[in-house]
Amino acid sequence: MSSDKQTLLEIYRTMVTVRRFETMAGEYFAAGQIPGFIHLSIGQEGSSVGVCSCLRKDDYVVTTHRGHGHMIAKGADLKRMTAELFGKKTGYCKGKGGSMHIADFSIGILGANGVVAGGLPIITGAGLSIKLRKTDQVAVAFFGDGAANRGPVHEAMNMAAIWKLPVLFVCENNQYASTTPMHYACSAGDLYTRAAAYDMPGEKINGNDVLAVREATASAVARARAGEGPTFLENVTYRLKGHYEGDPQKYRTTEEIEIWRQKDPIEHFGRMLAQKKYLTKKHAAQIREAVQAELSEALAFAQNSPFPEPGDAMADLYSNP
Amino acid sequence: MSERILTCSAALAEALHEEMRRDESIFILGEDLVAHGGVFGQFKGIPEAFPGRIIDSPISETGIAGCGVGAAMTGMRPFIDFHFSDFLTCGMDELCNQAAKIRYMSGGQVKLPMVVWCPDGAGLRAAAQHSQSLEAWFVHTPGLKVVVPSEPADVKGLIKAAIWDDNPVMFFQHKKLFAKEGPVPEEEYVIELGRAAVKKEGRDVSLLCYGAAYYLCLEAASTLREDAIDAEIVDLRTLKPLDMDTVARSIRKTHRAVIVHEACLTGGFGAELAARIQDELFDELDAPVKRVGAKDVPIPFSPSMEDFVLPSVADVLEAARAVTYR
Ligand SMILES: Cc1ncc(C[n+]2csc(CCOP(=O)(O)OP(=O)(O)O)c2C)c(N)n1
Ligand SMILES: [Mg+2]
Repeated sequence: MSSDKQTLLEIYRTMVTVRRFETMAGEYFAAGQIPGFIHLSIGQEGSSVGVCSCLRKDDYVVTTHRGHGHMIAKGADLKRMTAELFGKKTGYCKGKGGSMHIADFSIGILGANGVVAGGLPIITGAGLSIKLRKTDQVAVAFFGDGAANRGPVHEAMNMAAIWKLPVLFVCENNQYASTTPMHYACSAGDLYTRAAAYDMPGEKINGNDVLAVREATASAVARARAGEGPTFLENVTYRLKGHYEGDPQKYRTTEEIEIWRQKDPIEHFGRMLAQKKYLTKKHAAQIREAVQAELSEALAFAQNSPFPEPGDAMADLYSNP
Repeated sequence: MSERILTCSAALAEALHEEMRRDESIFILGEDLVAHGGVFGQFKGIPEAFPGRIIDSPISETGIAGCGVGAAMTGMRPFIDFHFSDFLTCGMDELCNQAAKIRYMSGGQVKLPMVVWCPDGAGLRAAAQHSQSLEAWFVHTPGLKVVVPSEPADVKGLIKAAIWDDNPVMFFQHKKLFAKEGPVPEEEYVIELGRAAVKKEGRDVSLLCYGAAYYLCLEAASTLREDAIDAEIVDLRTLKPLDMDTVARSIRKTHRAVIVHEACLTGGFGAELAARIQDELFDELDAPVKRVGAKDVPIPFSPSMEDFVLPSVADVLEAARAVTYR
């Protein structure tokens, strides 16, 4: 796994892109231009970008209702993502899905999901398919600490383990499932220890340290590609925004949020890059500007795109009607 | 009877306050209930008034539904909050194979007094997995009762009947109706399950509806009046048991029927009701029974498409005009 200057700066740039994309999404949601509801992963970029930095284009990912970061890190097109959030015809799903259902099968993103833990059995199926097709791809499921308490997670993990499937179960423990604290809902206090029950390696990682995430992911991916079976990663992180945009957040204190703001994964990584003399203030500003330019283009594309025709609703239900 | 104006959420909360005070065996179980008093504020004040009797669960729908069954069999009256009706799929075995059948399979040995409370419906741009109307699935499962109220007063009266019913009751409330206001009697009351309500009398056509579709019919009826078509609105309120007597009385008067629901048309409750009407009231009909429902696709995200898929007042008008043409 390379960690040369170029690679690290690329990772940094992706983290900034995720952050800026979601900040923009939040603004346009507040302005009433994005319909429905959106869930932002601001504060969790260390996990999404760290994991996806180890993946190839042909590897598979399933994500969740909080999936913008995973998509962007896996290489999704910002224009089509933005257009989908705005409900436009040019969006990834032609306006049928919205934020919670973005997918790009051409780069292995098998979909976000509105059903918590809905992706886990599916990723095990993708892993089974990889094994049957005898390729060296890997299949990665992102899911939350809350999702970890749903039954399908356990079925998916056990099946992946008995068949030694090339799957990574990446639990992003952001410490809350909606209003419910992880320590209330999870009997053991840790999630990674559940891996032992399925005889798969499990590891707890500082999810706000993108390089730690990257290192752990790289070895899990290597194991998977070598046919040694699944791995469970618990990336401990924190969502700095509400569960959804507009969440009153009565379940936590501003002090707590402030503590985690101090552990911002992007700032943390930026400082590290500066110490290594890979990133100057000027360069960081250039990166932000370049990202902003890309996002402005995506935004203009979305805003200038047409809404779907009402009757488009009837298309795409069956492959052969 | 004196009345005041309440929202559907407030009506529900009031009923729960009254009944939980009355009987200690009632408790509420579901996800994310305590911190915000429920996603829709439907349990406002209950965490404070009844500590320990409103319980936050992990995200474990199978477990939540199963806990409801187990608790109901052993002396409690669980009120299960399913968060969004879309996630009923995650507790389907516990509801349809267990709750619905255990009493029957055991030769009537046990009672299962549980309410499965489900916010449902579309129109919030929430896309395909947060917008469904699934009541017909449960009507199709013997052993369950199914209630779909529209107005705040119905919510209050019917939820009480559901709580006191000794069978599993599926109770669907449309997400868009939580803030809907309406008069609710001051005095305590219960609305028996299986009683439809004629909400507007009319001579020319029976609009048979429930849940959010009631409001489509209300609007349609006032437009129809301008065409000199006098529509009667029958709010079914309970789909199982179904009040065929009220439906029949209405059709014997109007001789025409339009069934309106938000769920998609094919295999929807309208199909069942239309079949019952043609079977039991064939000679009364002056026109074929018409159905209005959503188009047969999942609910799309983008507003232009979602509005197209959902039934509209215009659809009700068209159907009503079609059956009253002759
Ligand atoms: C099966 C199911 N149950 C409940 C919900 C409602 N819901 C959406 S997100 C969420 C919390 C998820 O928490 P977690 O898995 O920790 O992910 P996070 O939101 O923290 O990213 C809940 C309860 C759902 N979408 N699907
Ligand atoms: Mg979480």
